[in-house]
Amino acid sequence: MRSKKLKNNLITYGIVVVAFIIMQSLSSAGMLSSLMKGLLVPICVYIVLAVSLNLVVGISGELSLGHAGFMCVGAFGGAFFSKCVQETITVPALRLFLAMLVGAALAALFGFLIGIPVLRLKGDYLAIVTLAFGEIIKNVINVIYIGVDGAGLHFSMRDQFSLGMAPDGKILINGAQGITGTPKDSTFFAGFVLIMVTLFIIMNLIDSRDGRAVMAIRDSRIAAESIGINVTGYKLMCFTVSAALAGAAGTLYAHNLATLTASKFNFNTSILVLVFVVLGGMGSIRGSVIAATALTLLPELLRGLNNYRMLIYSIILIAMMLYNWAPKVLEWRERHFGRLLHRNGKEVE
Amino acid sequence: MAQMLEVRNLGISFGGLRAVNEFSLSVKKGQLYGLIGPNGAGKTTVFNLLTGVYKPDTGSVILDGKDITGMKTAQISRAGIARTFQNIRLFGKMPVLDNVKAGLHNRHRYSSVAGILRLPAYFKEEKLMDERAMELLKVFDLDGDAEKIASGLPYGKQRRLEIARAMATDPKLLLLDEPAAGMNPKETQELMEMISFVRKEFDMTILLIEHDMRLVSGICEELTVLNFGEVLAQGATQTVLSDPEVIAAYLGE
Repeated sequence: MRSKKLKNNLITYGIVVVAFIIMQSLSSAGMLSSLMKGLLVPICVYIVLAVSLNLVVGISGELSLGHAGFMCVGAFGGAFFSKCVQETITVPALRLFLAMLVGAALAALFGFLIGIPVLRLKGDYLAIVTLAFGEIIKNVINVIYIGVDGAGLHFSMRDQFSLGMAPDGKILINGAQGITGTPKDSTFFAGFVLIMVTLFIIMNLIDSRDGRAVMAIRDSRIAAESIGINVTGYKLMCFTVSAALAGAAGTLYAHNLATLTASKFNFNTSILVLVFVVLGGMGSIRGSVIAATALTLLPELLRGLNNYRMLIYSIILIAMMLYNWAPKVLEWRERHFGRLLHRNGKEVE
Repeated sequence: MAQMLEVRNLGISFGGLRAVNEFSLSVKKGQLYGLIGPNGAGKTTVFNLLTGVYKPDTGSVILDGKDITGMKTAQISRAGIARTFQNIRLFGKMPVLDNVKAGLHNRHRYSSVAGILRLPAYFKEEKLMDERAMELLKVFDLDGDAEKIASGLPYGKQRRLEIARAMATDPKLLLLDEPAAGMNPKETQELMEMISFVRKEFDMTILLIEHDMRLVSGICEELTVLNFGEVLAQGATQTVLSDPEVIAAYLGE
């Protein structure tokens, strides 16, 4: 059983490595359009977001709709850090790495603090409150002004003039206009490394004592408590780890943009990531990777159909849910593909 | 013989309903004790009070000399009480082996960091857990199903798996909530043998709730009869079962 899990994980790593090598060599051979090149980093960002959200939604079984909020914290935290040390640290890779650590730590802190009240709730209530917290984070960051001059840092939540800076001062975060001029440190390789680290953390976490405890809580909270598992502690751990990785993804995202604004991290982004998770299969890490890639690429490749994107999304979602859950469809699948699957040694549940 | 469980004047109300009142019980080490009573008498509520699912309004619970009144469920599990549920509560989407390994959660520990970075502690403890879990599965004749998904097991095996998981926590006291519910006479017979075997093999103290009188009179040494949340009778099995009051309230003329 152990070797089966290991093989499964290795396949997931393998898919990511192969995809990276192919895209990288196409890119350096000049065979990628600029559109595709521009998509490489966002795809990495979305993969990390989807995989980290899967830890909360698929593995611990709590529907969180505030993932974009943690991404937002990481994006602004990381970008702010990079702006501050732009002159002192000149190696882009090192700067990005440190920024990611800052972004992840900040997002983890937010995840922890928000998790304490939120994880007392269940089901729909939890979903609604995470959604609200996601929006709160976005709206608070939307009105933050931070500037720096000879006297040090200035902070305000009103407007840029109330910062009271000296004329030589520089505005770092400019409210709704966000952060401009973040060094463009993000590379496809950095994204690839972040994906690998995320996969490593999440897949190893799932296949360990902690992962078992989390899944036990998902399957039966009461029984998990009865065998001595600390329910609140494990839920909080999941939520925090997931938030930290979303924060790192946010930092990567921020270092790929000239202008970073908080309005990007809205409810739609949270839902988008949730769609990746649901489409890829709850609890299936490889599914999240594939779904995030496919659903980021498709709309760009089918730009002509842009108007119908949300329509197509919802239809695909409904179709997938029926395909995976509806008893009649399961019966139909078993009847038509059952033999095929069994021959491959897979079991149909 | 020393006391394993000492319950004194336990009581809880839900709104205006006094679900359990002045409930006292003492179970000796190694004893097989039965808790019976009509539907709605408060038997499962007593289990929930003992395991910390509900906090008692009054009274105290002493386990092996240690006061565990008002502790949280997870703490009580660590203190040494394990239980099964009337309506089976397995970790349905997890493999059978992982269900038992989850039960070993507090017996074999390593840090989260060791788990994520795959440090030597991870491999060492996981190996011990695998071995211990397989041993337990063998005892309950489930070793052939180790890799199956728990919810896919037939009913009788699910009941056994639940007991195996409870035993994995290495408890001092095992609470069984209607273990024979939904079983046919043959399965009940096998269950009785298994309970007796577990008791001998692990030197276990067992408190069980049961409706099946054959099982109760077959294996329980002492009984407490609960009616409307209060103790109706208490004592050696045969004495209690021939008590006219018990017959009137529960068994029927």
